[in-house]
Amino acid sequence: MTWVRAVGIAALVATAATVWLGLWVTPPDRVQGDLVRLLYIHPPVAFVALYCAGGLAALSSLLYLWHRTRSLFWDRLTAAAVEVGVVFCALTLATGSIWGRPSWGVWWTWDARLTSTALLLVLLLGYLALRRVPAPPEVRARRCSVAALIALIDVPIVHFSVDWWQTLHQSGTVLNPELKLYVHGSIAWTFLLGFIAMALVFTWMVAVRYRIEVLRDEVGDEELEISLAERRAEGTIPEEPAGVPVPEPTGGTR
Amino acid sequence: MLRDALLVAGKDLRIEARSRVALWQVLPFALLCLVLFAFALGPGPAALRVAAPGLFWLAVLFSTVLATQRSFAIESGEGTRDGLRLSGIDPAGIFLGKAAALAVQLALLQVVLLAGITLLFGVRLHTVWLAVAASVLATVGLSCAGVIYGSLSAGLRVRETLLPLLVLPIVAPVLLAGSRAWSAALSGSVSAGSEWLKILGVFAAVYLVVGIALYGPLQEAS
Repeated sequence: MTWVRAVGIAALVATAATVWLGLWVTPPDRVQGDLVRLLYIHPPVAFVALYCAGGLAALSSLLYLWHRTRSLFWDRLTAAAVEVGVVFCALTLATGSIWGRPSWGVWWTWDARLTSTALLLVLLLGYLALRRVPAPPEVRARRCSVAALIALIDVPIVHFSVDWWQTLHQSGTVLNPELKLYVHGSIAWTFLLGFIAMALVFTWMVAVRYRIEVLRDEVGDEELEISLAERRAEGTIPEEPAGVPVPEPTGGTR
Repeated sequence: MLRDALLVAGKDLRIEARSRVALWQVLPFALLCLVLFAFALGPGPAALRVAAPGLFWLAVLFSTVLATQRSFAIESGEGTRDGLRLSGIDPAGIFLGKAAALAVQLALLQVVLLAGITLLFGVRLHTVWLAVAASVLATVGLSCAGVIYGSLSAGLRVRETLLPLLVLPIVAPVLLAGSRAWSAALSGSVSAGSEWLKILGVFAAVYLVVGIALYGPLQEAS
């Protein structure tokens, strides 16, 4: 599809621009020095994992469960969003860990936001495990939509963890209760571009993943047809002779 | 709905009372956990006393997985689930009933485990009401989450391995908040403990509401 390709190219360009601006153009931070450059990636990746992937998955599983909008489209979209969400969630933890080692002195700390994000990753992996269990598409869709909704209760917990508990992780730089931006100048623009780039990458990945999900279902249907045909050929399932009228039951009283 | 819930809970508890699987398998398993934890941490009473609340709740969590599996194993007989579905009982009623039966079993288990940590780890409850409140709220949350996921994985061939993967991360907040509330109850610092009670309360409320709302579609899916 052309729009998917266009989004892919846009994502590539935006990511390349972020890398260029982040690594070469922007100045080092007054406090953090060059470490700040990791922050052009970490918050955008976390943003995508939590709000884009989490939000999309929650919305589409809700739309699947609501009887008026029930369609396998929403189920596949949930699956795509969760799977891409797993990637971004893992990236969030990885980039955060790399940043944490020089700034906090540890790779990992039992901080509320870190812990709840790690929990989110496990929950999303649980969803994927459940999805791999073979079942008819409708059954699987309903089961997985419920599981996704329950797992995504964790998203608001991750979001508010920095406000609810006193954490080592800083509170929101952009998405804080006052909606006040705490970065300025070229750093702010690169920061913003990072968000756009990661959102584009997310959109592209979900679109491609959705297509794979459709193809996979088609392959499943085809395999079923083939194996049915094979078993018919073996004679285990008697095939109804075509063109021969089914005999009327006789002897019944009306 | 509540009458249906009572019927289902009564049925589950009667089956449990007659088969005694929970009594002879889940309960000993929970106590075994305590003994194994003590082996892992060594016999020093100071370390055990500090770890006791966490170990208590960890044992409860593991037992929740077993009890949930058991709660849905009794529905796995030929046509049992269809029978339950066709009986005209409100899905929310089934959910509440199964959760209530599970909650009763978990509550009894906690009483025994409390005796266990008192005897084995030498702890003494300082603020009893705090521990009881934490236990009640945690039990509601655990049994609701357990029943939701038990129903989700019921009838699957991989249910034994899938259920712990799904349930344990979900109930992790109960482990955290329950352990902290019990630590506070052991040391008698009420203000610290009541903060964690709020989390347990919210957890219980969320899963109660989610279960009542989603059990219908979930049942059709299994």
